[in-house]
Amino acid sequence: MYDFPILSLTTFLPLVGALAILLIRGDADSVARNARATALWTSLATFIVSIFLWIGFDNSTADFQFVEKVAWVPSFGLNYHMGVDGISLFFVLLSTFLTPLCILSSWEAISHRVKEYMIAFLVLETLMVGMFCALDFVLFYVFFEAVLIPMFLIIGVWGGGRRVYAAFKFFLYTLTGSVLMLIAILVIYFEAETTDIPTLLKAALDPRMQLWLWLAFFASFAVKVPMWPVHTWLPDAHVEAPTAGSVILAGVLLKMGAYGFLRFSVPMLPFATEYFTPLIYTLSIIAIIYTSLVALAQEDMKKLIAYSSIAHMGFVTIGIFTLTHQGMQGAVVQMISHGFVSGALFLCVGVIYDRIHTRDIDRYGGLVERMPKYAVVFMVFMLASVGLPGTSGFVGEFLVLVGAFKVNTWVAALATSGIILGAAYMLYLYRRVVFGKLEKEDLKSIMDLNPREIAIFTPLIIVTIWMGVWPAPFLEVIDASISNLIEQHKVALNALQSVSVAGK
Amino acid sequence: MVTTADIYPILPELVLAIMAMALLMYGVFRGDKSVGSVSWLAVLSLLTVGIIMSFLPESMQSAFAGQFVVDQFARFMKWLVILGSAIAVLMSMNYNEREGITRFEFPVLILFAALGMLLMISANDLISLYVGLELQSLALYVIAAFRRDSTKSSEAGLKYFVLGALSSGMLLYGASMIYGFAGTTRFDTLATLFTGPNADPGVGVVVGLVFLLAGLAFKVSAVPFHMWTPDVYEGAPTPVTAFFAVAPKIAAIALLVRTMVGPFGELFEQWQQIVILISILSMLLGALAAIWQQNLKRLLAYSSIGHVGYALVGLAAGSKEGITGIGVYMAIYLAMNVGTFCCVLSMRRQGLMAEGIDDLAGLARNHPMMAAAMAVFMFSMAGIPPLAGFFGKLYVFLAAVNEGLYTLAIIGVLTSVVGAYYYLRIVKIMYFDEPADAFDKTAGREVGVIMTFAGLFTLLFFVLPSPIVNAATQAAAVLFAGG
Repeated sequence: MYDFPILSLTTFLPLVGALAILLIRGDADSVARNARATALWTSLATFIVSIFLWIGFDNSTADFQFVEKVAWVPSFGLNYHMGVDGISLFFVLLSTFLTPLCILSSWEAISHRVKEYMIAFLVLETLMVGMFCALDFVLFYVFFEAVLIPMFLIIGVWGGGRRVYAAFKFFLYTLTGSVLMLIAILVIYFEAETTDIPTLLKAALDPRMQLWLWLAFFASFAVKVPMWPVHTWLPDAHVEAPTAGSVILAGVLLKMGAYGFLRFSVPMLPFATEYFTPLIYTLSIIAIIYTSLVALAQEDMKKLIAYSSIAHMGFVTIGIFTLTHQGMQGAVVQMISHGFVSGALFLCVGVIYDRIHTRDIDRYGGLVERMPKYAVVFMVFMLASVGLPGTSGFVGEFLVLVGAFKVNTWVAALATSGIILGAAYMLYLYRRVVFGKLEKEDLKSIMDLNPREIAIFTPLIIVTIWMGVWPAPFLEVIDASISNLIEQHKVALNALQSVSVAGK
Repeated sequence: MVTTADIYPILPELVLAIMAMALLMYGVFRGDKSVGSVSWLAVLSLLTVGIIMSFLPESMQSAFAGQFVVDQFARFMKWLVILGSAIAVLMSMNYNEREGITRFEFPVLILFAALGMLLMISANDLISLYVGLELQSLALYVIAAFRRDSTKSSEAGLKYFVLGALSSGMLLYGASMIYGFAGTTRFDTLATLFTGPNADPGVGVVVGLVFLLAGLAFKVSAVPFHMWTPDVYEGAPTPVTAFFAVAPKIAAIALLVRTMVGPFGELFEQWQQIVILISILSMLLGALAAIWQQNLKRLLAYSSIGHVGYALVGLAAGSKEGITGIGVYMAIYLAMNVGTFCCVLSMRRQGLMAEGIDDLAGLARNHPMMAAAMAVFMFSMAGIPPLAGFFGKLYVFLAAVNEGLYTLAIIGVLTSVVGAYYYLRIVKIMYFDEPADAFDKTAGREVGVIMTFAGLFTLLFFVLPSPIVNAATQAAAVLFAGG
């Protein structure tokens, strides 16, 4: 524990950097150079500050830590209330870890309007971190929704050919879900007379009301995750977004939905969670199998990885709703791992896209001959995505499947088929891009990874393998919070049942 | 018998009336040369009026046997109207000069309109209500057609006059029915008539109420009485449009709130249905019709219809929270609209005003700060947090949910998603499209300053929302003090 407001520092440091960039003046070249440097140093500093969160984190308790509370709108009882527990800590770290890598990866790829780009990224980082730390529902919603603004601009200004369509689709899909959640938040505010999340986690809401509230939350989170059938914005957004945008989108923004399920739907609405679990299972399994098959047929690399993301997030939602210790822990690990791995895969695509300017799988082949380092890096992440033991992907998927198996064998069996399909499309992708004969003329002069790119991939490889080989440091942090969550869920459910029995 | 106790509460209005007439005389003697000094003096007198109003002792709240009240609610709304009017005068100075319509009557007319609005907000009697409303409307008809050599502007003025007269007729008809059946025009007496176990308003009063409501709905341009809005907004000179969009609307909303919650508070069930209906229709039309617009001022007209719909959600809730929501919404609405119109005023190429949405193309590269301000206003109008517009919507929906109006709230948030589309379209044109030619840099310092302040307010409202929320809460509380 620290005496100074470390969470606010982590949250708003990037914003300070953004303001600094705003003030940079001069000719175009020096502005771009200074903007890049400022953004990188700010985001690195933020990451270092956030490391101290982990160091100071107390594994033994499920309570919120580093709590800060200041009155915001006293007449409505709204507070600026921040804090992290074992569930949210790693999402904060994930955001602060990926942002400097994103900025580094945009070093040369983004050449116009660099200043605005860096500002957008730093603002985005503030909003992401703030969202995972917020312990007031309205505050959470403010961060949750505000993320749309910088992301809309990132896709729309620096995106590919159909960027306008993708940006609008992304924005309007997410907004539609979110506004329904806003109504639910307001209903909860009047039912429980508070928007304080720690208090609400213990509040018992009327079971019939819970069903409606759950559906409203579902509308918002399912779009964000995204779950089938509201996933269609994701492939478009991923394909059109610049590489770094895809990394953040897959790495952090998708987690916001699953985090919402974990933080709000399950503990606050236990009755509805039980009631709707079959729905989640069904949609998740459809997502896993259907999107894996779709991924198999893709010709565009980014689209393929986008579809694989949907399948992987299907595992996450299954894991959360198994309501078992393993399943939920697995879901959190899977999310973190997916944050590294899918982010890294988009970066891998970005590397060759920067050189050849196409994402068509057919335009590649035989890259291993000219780019051996790249082939190794790509292989590590491809295998992590498949879930090879020894990589982070394995730990998450394995725990989720154990959890699922305990609850429902069919769910486990069908979900496992997704792993097989996952191996199929990833290996197929790898074979077509990296192996084969080097025939295309422009590929014959392609250059291998440069030092900057190696600097981007090294930390990602380290964490991917670290989590795969020795996941204990991660699991220890998550453990207490998950146990507490499951315990509370059971208590709440029992309380409801005893009330309904007494009522009869 | 007029006593000093009657004079104090209306002192601000008296000062304003005297100032307006004095400035008129000054203008007549000095001619159009005086327009600069008249404008600045007009702004000064508006602010003076506001300050006098704020320092009136609490004990002196009503005059003329309760026909005129100056409570917290009136003060809150009057400040918004005063600011809106003062800003309109400031915005017009540079514009009128460049368009060659510098006339000293302009600020004077705005002062008279503002006077009418202040009277409206304080009206506690059907007759004083009508007097205030007409003073306001007559001044507005003239300034709508202020650019008299332009057919569009004349058309706007005429249209506004004809339809406005019709609505005033309806309002008057409703008032006369209420008087006929209830036997009084005083709000306090009306309220007591409908209170108690044996109170029966009777069909006549309810019919009168409906007419009254229709007349007021016209003034706030709620659907289905909105037809005049797009044409008048498009035709009137831009500073006039900016003025129309804020001050008269805020005044009319205040009047509507006072009338409905005050004397007819007990008839809540009767008027609630109507308010819900016009609120839903306004939100829907505001969201859908704006999608096809190519003219920025027309688009803002539909956007303002939508905003009125959201504000009426607060009235439909009929609770203290709802009226608080309206107060907050109006304050934010003022800032957003004033800021947006400052952007519109700055759109000028080779000396000609550009009003098409496509004229904004690539603004982010030619004028990054202006584009950023405009983007802030657009996202705010769409209700995206953390910008101010979100909090406006938050408070009215909060009230609606509290009163169990779930359908209204859900329709409201969904139309806000549809509405988000056209606000985003403007952001898209500014940020994603290839730049068109740059605009002239002659919008004037006043416009730039107002735009900056409005932008900062909209952007940073979330940091410290309490002052405005508290003021609105107090304003709403007085309307519910009796019941």
